[in-house]
Amino acid sequence: MHNSEVSNGMKFNREKFVHYITSRPELLSLCGFVILCIFMTIVSDRFLSMNNITNIARQVSINAIIASGLTMVILTGGIDLSVGAVMALSGTFVAGAMLNGVSPIFAVCIGLAVGICAGFINGFLVAYAHMPAFIVTLAMMEVPRGIALLYTGGYPLSGLPKSFSILGRGEVLGLQTPILVMFIVYIFVYIILNHLPFGRYVYAIGGNEESVRLSGIKVNKYKMMVYAMSGLTASISGVVLSSRLMSGQPNSGVGFELDAIAAVILGGTDIAGGKGHIVGTLIGALILGVLNNGLNLMGVSPYSQKVLKGAIIILAIYISSSRQKKQ
Amino acid sequence: MDENCLLELKGISKTFSGVNALQKVDLKIKAGKIHALAGENGAGKSTLMKIIVGVYQPDENCGEMKFEGKIVQHASPQNAQDLGIGIIYQEFSLIPHMTVYENIFLGRELRKKNGLLDKKAMRKKAIELLSHLGIDIDPNAKIVELSIAQQQFVEIAKAISLKVKVLILDEPTAPLTPVEVENLFRLMKELRNKGVGMVFISHHLEEIFEIADEVTCLRDGQTVGYKTIEDLDIKELIRMMVGRDVSQTFPVNDVAIDYTSRPLLSIKELQRTNHTPKVSFDLFPCEILGVAGLVGAGRSELVKALTGADSSVVKVIEMNGETIKVKNPKDALDLGIGLLPEDRKTQGLILDFSVEYNVVINTLKESLNNIHTIRKRSLSVRTKKQIDALGIKTPSERTIVKNLSGGNQQKVVIAKWLSTKCKILIFDEPTRGIDVGAKAEIYELMRRLTRKGMGIIMISSELPEVVGISDRVLVMRKDNIVATLTKDEITPDRIMEYAAGAKGGNNAQ
Repeated sequence: MHNSEVSNGMKFNREKFVHYITSRPELLSLCGFVILCIFMTIVSDRFLSMNNITNIARQVSINAIIASGLTMVILTGGIDLSVGAVMALSGTFVAGAMLNGVSPIFAVCIGLAVGICAGFINGFLVAYAHMPAFIVTLAMMEVPRGIALLYTGGYPLSGLPKSFSILGRGEVLGLQTPILVMFIVYIFVYIILNHLPFGRYVYAIGGNEESVRLSGIKVNKYKMMVYAMSGLTASISGVVLSSRLMSGQPNSGVGFELDAIAAVILGGTDIAGGKGHIVGTLIGALILGVLNNGLNLMGVSPYSQKVLKGAIIILAIYISSSRQKKQ
Repeated sequence: MDENCLLELKGISKTFSGVNALQKVDLKIKAGKIHALAGENGAGKSTLMKIIVGVYQPDENCGEMKFEGKIVQHASPQNAQDLGIGIIYQEFSLIPHMTVYENIFLGRELRKKNGLLDKKAMRKKAIELLSHLGIDIDPNAKIVELSIAQQQFVEIAKAISLKVKVLILDEPTAPLTPVEVENLFRLMKELRNKGVGMVFISHHLEEIFEIADEVTCLRDGQTVGYKTIEDLDIKELIRMMVGRDVSQTFPVNDVAIDYTSRPLLSIKELQRTNHTPKVSFDLFPCEILGVAGLVGAGRSELVKALTGADSSVVKVIEMNGETIKVKNPKDALDLGIGLLPEDRKTQGLILDFSVEYNVVINTLKESLNNIHTIRKRSLSVRTKKQIDALGIKTPSERTIVKNLSGGNQQKVVIAKWLSTKCKILIFDEPTRGIDVGAKAEIYELMRRLTRKGMGIIMISSELPEVVGISDRVLVMRKDNIVATLTKDEITPDRIMEYAAGAKGGNNAQ
C-alpha cells in the first residue's frame, strides 16, 4: 500500500516535470548548453579559463544582439533575413558620419536611425503591402548592402575618432562593453515581451493573427513595429562591430542572419511563431558561441565545423517539430 | 428488387465521437432519375454524401450499402470512383492554370508509343466528349479563363468521362446566375436521358420542384420522408424539413423594447461590394436581433463588413444618432461594437494560449501601472471574475484554451468581449458545436446582457434558436435582407420561405 502510493506520487511528479519541460523549451536549451560546457571542459583544459569565457561572451554578443530583435519577428510568425545587410549599412553610416565631423554620440544615433528605417520598410511591405516576409527581407538583403557599398565605394572607412572605440573595445565596471550592451538589449527586450502590451500582442499575433485582428487590435501596426525593432537591434550590432573594428566595413555581417536564426531556434522559439522566450535566444547564441570556440580549441577544421553546426540546427528543429506533433 | 435501382442505402448510421450525425438513413438512387436531398443546414446531407463517395465510412454493423444489387464497402473515394460514383463538390477540384482537356485527362493521360503525351488524341477525345454532352467550351482554354458555370460543366464532363453511373451534385446552383442554372438543368436532363442516376442538393426549394423526380428529406440525421415530386408541394416539403418540436425553452424577454425610440445602432446604408445590394437595418437597446438565412446568404460577410473586419464600398452607420466611422475592428472596439466570429477556433481564440491571455488580450491597456507595464495580478483577477460570472469550467485561468470543451471555449470568447466596454455584441453562430446544456446557458447570458440595455445581433443557422430567442428577425438571401419579421411574425416556416426564396421574390438584384 504504502509503496504504491509513493510510486504514484513519483509518477505524478514526473508527468508534471515532463509537462513543465515541454512547455518551456528554453529549459531544454539550457540543459543542452550545460552539457556542452561540461563536455568542452573535459576535452579542453583551456575552455574554462576566465580569459576564454570573456572571449566567448564578447564573440557571442554581436550575434546575440541581432538575434534578440529577430526573436520578436519570429514570434509573430515572420522572418527577417535582412539583418546582416542592415548591420553593414548602419556600421558604414556611423563611420561615415564621424569622418564627416559628426560627434560620435550623434553618429551612433544616425547609425541606429538608419537601421530602424530599414526595419520600417521591411515592416511596411510585410504588414501593409501584405508581401511574404521571406521574400521581402530576402530582397532587403541586397538593398542596404548595396547602399553601404555605394556609400563607401567598397572600401572600409577607417580613421575613426578614438573615443568611438569604447563601444567595441572598452570596459565598463570590469565588463567589456559589447557584453554590457548585449545585457542591456536583452533586459529591454525581456521587458517589452513580458511586461508591455506590445510584447503580448507579438505572441498573440504568432498564435492566431486573425483572432487578434478581430479582437480589435491593430495587427498591422504591431507587425511593422516588430520589423523596426529587428532593424534597430541589427544596427546596434553593426555599430558595436564598427567600434570593435574601428572601421565601417560594407562587407561585414555576411551570413549573420543564419547565425541569428540558428540562435533563435536553438533557444526553443517556434519557427511558426507564438511560442518562445527571449532568454532562450540568449542561450541559443551562447550554445553557438561555445560550439565555435570549443571546436576551435579542439582543432576541428572550419569545414567540419560547418557540417556539425548545420546538423545541430536540424536536430533542434527536429526536437521542436516532434514536440509540436505530440501536442 | 427494383430493376433500375443503382445505389441503395439501408439503415446507415454515422457517429462522430459520440454525436449521432446520421441515424438509420435510407436512400435509393435509381438510374435515369434525379433524386433531390432536402434538409436544413446540419441535417446530415453532407455527411451522407461523404459516406456514398467513400470519404467517411459508416458505423460498423449498422445498415448496408448496395451498388447494383451487390453489397459494397468503399474504403476510399478512389474505390467509389472505380464503381462509378462521382461527386461535384461546391469547391471544384480543377487545376486553374491547366487547360480543359488536361484537366479532363488528369491522372490518366493518353500517351504516344514513345511515352510522350499524346495531346492531339486527348484534345480530340475532349471535343467528342463535350459535344456529346452539348457543352460549348474550347478544350484548349485554361480553367482560369472560364466562368464558374463553365468550370462546373468541365467537372461534370470529367465525371462523365470516368463513366459514372451515380453523380452527386452538392449545391451546384449556389454560385450560378439564373441563366446558368437553366443551362445546368438542361445538362442534367441530358444525363438523365443517358441513364445516369443523380443526387441533387439545393437550398432553393423551387429548384427541387423544377428538376427533381424524387425527394428524400433529412432532419437531424434521420430520414423523415421519401416522396415522388408529384406527391409533394413546397409547403409540405418545408414542414418536413423544419417540423420538429421546438421543445427547448428559451429565456423570455421581460423588458419591453421601444421601437419608436432612437436605435442603438442604425445601419443607414451598407454595401459590401459593387455586386451586392445595399442593405439597411436598425438595432434597438435591449433587443436581440436574429439574422437568419441559408449558408452563403451573406450573413457573416455582412457583420464583418459592419465591424470593419472586411472592406465595404458604402457604409453609413449611426450610433445613438451620431454618424460613426468603423474602418477596422479597432474602431469598432473603441466605439463599443464587438464581433464574436463564427469560427471560434480560427477566428475567435488563440488556441495554444491560456484562458487568461485570451480573455484580456484586447483590454491589456486597462491593466497598466504608472510606468506602462502590465500588472499581472490585475489580469488574473479580471479573468477570474469573468470565469466566475460566466461559469466557465476550467481548472484555472492558466489552462490552455485548447483543452476546454466547445461550450467553455465559446464562453471564453464571450468573456473577452464582456471585459470590454462594448454596448453592442454581434454573435455569429454562438452555439455551433456546443452541447445542449451550454447552449441554454449562452441564451440565458444573452438575455441577461440585453436586460442591461445592450443590443445583440445574432446570426444563426439553427431555426429553433432564431425563433426562440430573437425579438426581431432579419432574413437574408443572396446578400440582401429580404424580410424583417417582428416578434409575432416569427415562425420557422415563414423564415424558411423567405430564406429559400419561396416568398419575397427574387429581389436580390
